[in-house]
Amino acid sequence: MKDWPLYEIFIRSKNGLSHKHVGSLHAADAEMAIENARDVYTRRMEGVSIWVVDSREITASNPAEQDALFDPAESKIYRHPTFYDVPEEVRHM
Amino acid sequence: MQTLDQELHFQSRIDNEEKIEPRDWMPEAYRHTLVRQISQHAHSEVVGMLPEGNWITRAPSLKRKLALLAKVQDEAGHGLYLYAACETLGVERADLIDQLLSGKAKYSSIFNYPTLTWADMGAIGWLVDGAAIMNQVPLCRCSYGPYARAMVRVCKEESFHQRQGYEILLTLCRGTAVQKEMAQDALNRWWWPSLMMFGPNDSDSEHSEQSMKWKIKRISNDDLRQKFVDITVPQAEYLGLTVPDKDLKYNEETGHYEFGKINWDEFWQVVKGHGPCNRERMEARIKAHEDGAWVREAAMAYSEKQKSKNQKVA
Repeated sequence: MKDWPLYEIFIRSKNGLSHKHVGSLHAADAEMAIENARDVYTRRMEGVSIWVVDSREITASNPAEQDALFDPAESKIYRHPTFYDVPEEVRHM
Repeated sequence: MQTLDQELHFQSRIDNEEKIEPRDWMPEAYRHTLVRQISQHAHSEVVGMLPEGNWITRAPSLKRKLALLAKVQDEAGHGLYLYAACETLGVERADLIDQLLSGKAKYSSIFNYPTLTWADMGAIGWLVDGAAIMNQVPLCRCSYGPYARAMVRVCKEESFHQRQGYEILLTLCRGTAVQKEMAQDALNRWWWPSLMMFGPNDSDSEHSEQSMKWKIKRISNDDLRQKFVDITVPQAEYLGLTVPDKDLKYNEETGHYEFGKINWDEFWQVVKGHGPCNRERMEARIKAHEDGAWVREAAMAYSEKQKSKNQKVA
């Protein structure tokens, strides 16, 4: 046996906020991953909820294809509010 | 040709202060340098638990024991953050551990010195963690994203380590003459090894120039060492202790302390494995790793059994 499987750890720092990736750790199973994440990533009250995800289950976009993937958004400035002219006198918009 | 273009593009990203993330293209040498540095850093955290572990059962009060336990636990955590950051570069944890245990990988030489008295817990927190913080704060801006993020977590936790160390020495220095003498003795033994923690002089540092260009390293060894001396000497004066350096003096013009020559022969001796505790530290790590093997195997076997049980039920 080499390493235990790798889990990615997500912590909700307080209710009202979403879970955020904080790092990873090895564990024999998901339950142990939660226990270890508690010990490693929340020793100073950093969290109220933990998600663990087997790293192998994550599908990621390819950074080499970043341009092709995200370029289409670049030219669509009409999706932003500043694209539209509204006279100063018009309030609350 | 393509590699050259890629390297130029990579360097321009670094020059623009962009962070490099695990799946981005990077030169092999950049990856290699990071694996070496981050794994050494992780090993240092893990081996660094040993000198202090020596005093957990003999801490002078429950408060001190709690603090020391928490500090040692933090160090285990720091080792883990760093191993995890290193693994994003495509290496396996088990291989990194093998490199440490076979002696192929280095760790910080400071942990090859013995902890002879309780005052050493104070000196380690104040000086060793102080020097580590000085090294680590610029690493929070390192060009490699996972390393920088790990360092942010480490630095946040580390400041308690330094303060608890200083408080230990302050208490001893305000105590009996014997206690104060114990604090002075600890300073005498830890001062020079702490200055060595910043590594060789810039002129002799083989990896420095390229690491600065890649923004893995932000501030040179000598500059960090000077900063450490400037900050630490007044703290020693406040304790009423004497820094063991007869050449130490404040230069009014530069606003910096001038300090004596570091014994680099000693430094290289310890790096090469001939320090007071190199053998003991390695033996302790190997024993812990071997004694823990059955636990790692049993946990995996249990997890597999649970999985197959659940499948049968389903």
